[in-house]
Amino acid sequence: PKQDSLMDDDPEDLFAGATEEVSLDSPERDVLLSDGPSPAITPITPPTSVIAPRIGHAHDDMFTHSSFDEIEEEEGGDSFDVHISVSDPEKVGDGMNAYMAYKVSTKTSLSVFKQRDFSVKRRFSDFLGLHSKLASKYLHIGYIVPPAPEKSIVGMTKVKVGKEDQSSNEFVEKRRSALERYLMRTVKHPILLKDPDVLQFLENSELPRAVNTQALSSAGILRMVNKAADAVNKMTIKMNESDAWFEEKQQHFENLDVQLRKLHASVESLVCHRKELSVNTAQFAKSAAMLGNSEDHTALSRALSQLAEVEEKIDQLHQDQANADFYLFSELLGDYVRLITAGGSGDLELYFYFIFFRIRGVFDHRIKTWQKWQDSQVLLLKKREAEAKLQFTNKPDKLQQAKDEIKELEGKVQQGERDFEQISKIIRKEVGRFEKERVKDFKTIIVKYLESLVQTQQQLIKYWEAFLPEAKAIS
Amino acid sequence: MTSLDDNSKEKLRSVSVDLNNDASLVIDIPDALCERDMVKFTVHTKTTLSSFQKPDFSVPRQHEDFIWLHDTLVETEEYAGLIIPPAPPKPDFESPREKMHKLGEGEASMTKEEYAKMKQELEAEYLAVFKKTVQVHEVFLQRLSSHPVLSKDRNFQIFLEYDQDLSVRRKNAKEMFGGFFKNMVKSADEVLISGIKEVDDFFEQEKTFLLDYFSKIKDSTAKAEKMTRSHKNIADDYIHISATLNAICAEDSVGVEIRGLLEGRVASDQELKLTELLRYYMRDIQAAKDLLYRRARALANYENSNKALDKARLKSRDIPQAEEHQQQCLQKFDRLSESAKKELTSFKGRRVMAFKKNLVEMAELEIKHAKVSLTAHPIKHTV
Repeated sequence: PKQDSLMDDDPEDLFAGATEEVSLDSPERDVLLSDGPSPAITPITPPTSVIAPRIGHAHDDMFTHSSFDEIEEEEGGDSFDVHISVSDPEKVGDGMNAYMAYKVSTKTSLSVFKQRDFSVKRRFSDFLGLHSKLASKYLHIGYIVPPAPEKSIVGMTKVKVGKEDQSSNEFVEKRRSALERYLMRTVKHPILLKDPDVLQFLENSELPRAVNTQALSSAGILRMVNKAADAVNKMTIKMNESDAWFEEKQQHFENLDVQLRKLHASVESLVCHRKELSVNTAQFAKSAAMLGNSEDHTALSRALSQLAEVEEKIDQLHQDQANADFYLFSELLGDYVRLITAGGSGDLELYFYFIFFRIRGVFDHRIKTWQKWQDSQVLLLKKREAEAKLQFTNKPDKLQQAKDEIKELEGKVQQGERDFEQISKIIRKEVGRFEKERVKDFKTIIVKYLESLVQTQQQLIKYWEAFLPEAKAIS
Repeated sequence: MTSLDDNSKEKLRSVSVDLNNDASLVIDIPDALCERDMVKFTVHTKTTLSSFQKPDFSVPRQHEDFIWLHDTLVETEEYAGLIIPPAPPKPDFESPREKMHKLGEGEASMTKEEYAKMKQELEAEYLAVFKKTVQVHEVFLQRLSSHPVLSKDRNFQIFLEYDQDLSVRRKNAKEMFGGFFKNMVKSADEVLISGIKEVDDFFEQEKTFLLDYFSKIKDSTAKAEKMTRSHKNIADDYIHISATLNAICAEDSVGVEIRGLLEGRVASDQELKLTELLRYYMRDIQAAKDLLYRRARALANYENSNKALDKARLKSRDIPQAEEHQQQCLQKFDRLSESAKKELTSFKGRRVMAFKKNLVEMAELEIKHAKVSLTAHPIKHTV
């Protein structure tokens, strides 16, 4: 029998209906809170309290009964020292059953790991499986779980079918890079780092294969977002002072969303124009070389050929810069905003909603938590009134029943209050951490990018300075 | 309305080599006004020649006046053996104007900073087009004034001096038709020029060279223009990106300052130098080709007159006229060839010098700009 907690199976649950199998089966509802998950996924039951999600794995002792505060203290002990790399993509199998296996290597000095330097082989669906578990365990408690890299049917099909061309190589490289970023973000989160599923993912040589990888589909997300919006609109929330903070944060994230969307569009445009510039420069270089050949004045002919060579070198600079453009900015935006790789046009809007929802979703859940608490308080009040009335009738059984119910409700109300305060506390912490990390990331990446631009300019100077004497030598 | 003041005039550099050598006739365009579609150039002349009424004077001229002058020179029989400097192209503000319009429409979706920067870039582009067109009109006149024969042309003098509106003398419908016909004849000349049996080595070489070079330089001009356009697009992207990043990071409690990414340059001097050089000489080579066409036509006429003479001798009729005609054709052809040889030789020298000058200046500008962008944008950040 399911325990009656605030995190009950709720027809209005924000996560119900959000997940859909990519293989077009009917959407699995209530997957997060159902009793019978598919065999490949770790059994997930609703947490008995807000803080300790139940896990059935080896590292139980580390986590099961720890309170949130205790975990924080443990955190202080180890400095953050985990480095993960994803490398060596290898095609396994043939035809449509083929898949890419990636080497996931971890180097660490943290005691939570069994070894210091180890690696395992993982496939893409393993990553999705991990993400699915983490999302179901932590999202509704208030933690901002890093989003998983998305599937790309088109991109992957090319790889499976064995098309060894540049675009499929690019696809694999983009995916590899995205998977690495995903894992690094996950382990940077102090709570997730110690999660048994994460540890198992990094350490175990064999993982049960996640068959029903729930990729959050576009249609599912849209449903989820609309539901959330509706649910929040229906409630009347009494705003007190602490809620002003949440309101402000919500606005802040909405603004951020708009800015990121703009940034993404501009960066896409930049990458595209840079590629055009490269093509045009290469074409001009060829044309200048031909002109140089045509020229009958010797010194001028040589100078024109030199010009052609300089432009060719500059073209290479443009190409390198284009790569720097793409990778650095995709890191900047990647986990906050999705860059669509192969295929998947029109999904960009929905992915933006998705990211926004990740942040917003926890806010909405907090509101619902509060509402439930309020509701139980109201119910308690009613029950007390009913009990008072019963006092004047001569029905001792009914009176006792009422007293029992009230006691239970009082417990519920207290728990509700605790849960609400807890989720508020966690959210504040998470948002603070998220923001700090984001700003740090932005700074690092922008500085790196600017450095790449500086390098390009320096190289340009070298090329033109070498060309100048040739031009001056024309007589 | 845009005008060119003395200050920015200083910075104007001619694509062609210094043409105002001869102090007896010095021409420049110190000022120009842009009103919607029309540009009014102020043509200023300083001269010691007695053929002019005043030693120092200015007149307002429109683009169409320049075209008129060019066409009359081309149609003048006497100048058949000369390279007529190419006509300046029509001022084209279409591109920046369209972009300005689009910018206005998109204003709501940009931050103030972004909009201001984009506007600045567009204004610079507009100014660059303006400078370009003034320069190209100026060079046309200077080419004429530095030519021993063309500088004495009567219509040229009228152009410089006549203080009334020249529009009466400009192309009317009949002349337009004439122009069209002229172009048709020209393409027939292409066939003619390649088909003719050349006896003179010099001209044979020139013909081969010019035909080949023309197609190559035309291609290079087009490709250089595409490169310039791509650079501009990237500059615009950087404006948007830097503005958005500033907006994102400004929101934060942790202070991060990003001094605009390596900001775009628009209508950058170095790109202008390259494309303008190529474009100018493309047109100049076309003018040289035109000279070859005229010579080829003269040769064809001469050959025809020979045939006519033979026929006349056969029929024993009109022999003196045929002989006279043949002599005239021969003389004309010889005069033309001699003049063409001189023209083409000096043309080559001029072209090489101009290329040298512009390639050097372009490289210097590239270096200067790269160095400036390195120092102008240090990354400042506070924690």
